[in-house]
Amino acid sequence: MFPLGTFPYIIGGALIGIGVSYIYVTTGLHATQSSFFSTTLSFFTKRPYFQQKQYLDSRSWRITFAAGVILGAFIYTITLSPEGFFTTSVQWWRLAIGGFLVGFGTRLSKGCTSGHGISGLASLSTTSLYAVATFLAVGIGTAMVFQALGVTP
Amino acid sequence: MRTKHFFVFTGGLLFGFGLAFGGMAKQEVVLSFLQLRDLGLLLLLGGSALVTALTINLVPKLLKKPLLGGEFKKRKRTLNKNTIIGAAIFGVGWGISGQCPGSAMASIGVGNIPILIGIASMFLGAYIMGRFFA
Repeated sequence: MFPLGTFPYIIGGALIGIGVSYIYVTTGLHATQSSFFSTTLSFFTKRPYFQQKQYLDSRSWRITFAAGVILGAFIYTITLSPEGFFTTSVQWWRLAIGGFLVGFGTRLSKGCTSGHGISGLASLSTTSLYAVATFLAVGIGTAMVFQALGVTP
Repeated sequence: MRTKHFFVFTGGLLFGFGLAFGGMAKQEVVLSFLQLRDLGLLLLLGGSALVTALTINLVPKLLKKPLLGGEFKKRKRTLNKNTIIGAAIFGVGWGISGQCPGSAMASIGVGNIPILIGIASMFLGAYIMGRFFA
């Protein structure tokens, strides 16, 4: 069940929870990720959907948050990481098609692994609970099918 | 304003550090979770939700407002068919590629250059959704 042990997962989860909590206690904001795509697009398109007030109001701190996430992972990589920098061997077409569906789906659902999965469940939202159950079940099913079809890596 | 950005940024550092520490910045780790070969990410997701749940539900009872002022925002989402259809489409993308929005950002920080293809595609997907389906 846990071939790599449980330690990195528990510590990693605790750090993520502490990061989200710290932002909430200081600013009152829910630090979630997928809205970042829509709010950042508001700089480049005048389409009404992207110019919603809540997107314009949050677009600058969401960029700041994303920058922090990138740098935080970089700091881990140059300090504690046993193997240093990492490059995935997952094929480019999987990243491209998968990424498109992730961007489309998370915005249609108004949440992702962090939005529905962390902040939504933490807010005891049944909407997020249904969303999480759906993306977990479909994600597991899809990954299993690709594995069965012999698509590796 | 600057102070708000400081706290959002330093919280983001913890978030990204935790994602990388927990292995989620590696698409291979995510895929091995979704193939049920290593259930560790369940601990990471559950642990982070638990810590956040304690904060979101207890702190507003102890403090009237956030330390920097303003208000504790409520996260409002109403269940409709798009919640579920969107989550299912996201699930397909997650299962194909092992990427989600937060872990993809962290993956830039671990030096994973190919993830930029995935992030560009996420922007495209978010654009098509907002342009034609919202």
